Amino acid sequence: MNVNWFKYASPASFLPLASRLARGFAAAAVVLGIAGLAIGLVIAPTDATQGDAYRIIFIHVPAAWMAMLIYVVMAGWSALALGYNTRLSAMMAQALAPTGASMAFLALWTGAFWGRPTWGTYWAWDARMTSTLILLFLYLGVIALRAAIDEPRRADRACAVLALVGVVNVPIIYFSVQWWNTLHQGSSVSLTAAPTMAMTMLAGMLVMTLALWCYCIGVVLWRVQAIIVEREEGAAWMARRVPA
Amino acid sequence: MTPRQRRFGLIAAGLVALGVAATLVLSAFRSNLVFFFSPSQVLAHEAPQGRAFRIGGMVVDHSLKREPGSLTVRFDVTDTVHTVPVTYTGLLPDLFKEGKGVVAQGSLGGDGTFHATEVLAKHDENYMPPDAAKAVKEAREGMTMQSVETKSMQGSP
Repeated sequence: MNVNWFKYASPASFLPLASRLARGFAAAAVVLGIAGLAIGLVIAPTDATQGDAYRIIFIHVPAAWMAMLIYVVMAGWSALALGYNTRLSAMMAQALAPTGASMAFLALWTGAFWGRPTWGTYWAWDARMTSTLILLFLYLGVIALRAAIDEPRRADRACAVLALVGVVNVPIIYFSVQWWNTLHQGSSVSLTAAPTMAMTMLAGMLVMTLALWCYCIGVVLWRVQAIIVEREEGAAWMARRVPA
Repeated sequence: MTPRQRRFGLIAAGLVALGVAATLVLSAFRSNLVFFFSPSQVLAHEAPQGRAFRIGGMVVDHSLKREPGSLTVRFDVTDTVHTVPVTYTGLLPDLFKEGKGVVAQGSLGGDGTFHATEVLAKHDENYMPPDAAKAVKEAREGMTMQSVETKSMQGSP
């Protein structure tokens, strides 16, 4: 298959594609979300030590993964924006930040509600939790920095640099439970070792992860359409565009 | 070298420099980033002296004693090498159990007893249904029984 990917670096040709993809991913997110919740809340057995409290894992872990992944993707788009000086790359980075922030918040919030009945505390300043809090602040910093600069192209560059600097935090979050002793338990699922959880539990978590992937992709593509329309206002192609 | 290649080169070089800086900073603060100290570290005086710190390890089986008529409990925390006795007054978290992980915050008394002001349960990353947990426990007990048997057989010529 020979696709000219550079064609979609242009906001004008990306806008209709984003619209189509956003709808598809939103539909997939609904289906996968229902399936994942059914497996997680109904089919999966209770845990031997934690009882039903462990079921927070079905939203906590996917949200935490998404928060880290979205940051890496945002930094990737930022690198492209700085290197190629393309508008759409910066718009993608701009569209990713609020979703990433909401995922980081969701991970911290569900983590607090999980920690209270199991560890006995909502919050502890251990390496995993503190570095995840820093991730949330980095997202908020990127959003605030953009809001503080009126000229969009200057804001693009400033936010891209901040996003790239913050990317060092992601491996710190991921490996924090291996490098230091923490209150947070180690990883149940990793690329190198067999998962340490029952199959149905793992299935529920992975389906929820897919659902959250689709939700995030859908919502980001939705947001990027609004950003394109807002920032390209007055461009020649916008005037020629047939209203959908 | 085109300006575009130079920009990407600068980005890559910047990220590498940042990575190195972060690694150096984190390794410099290594000892400050631990959440708790093990009983061996405490007994080797590696834990901070004269101020509060956290101790972490396993609660020794059958070491939990409740003082009648109060919320005060005593238990021993071990890292399988050394053991430190802990006293605590207050409610224990639901997952607090003998043989399971625990992290206690407090300070070390002159008698070597750790006076905790907060006790947290630390659970592991294994999730399994209760019947599977039972099977694992039985299998493990079977294995130790077996090893004891083989040892006793080897020990009696």
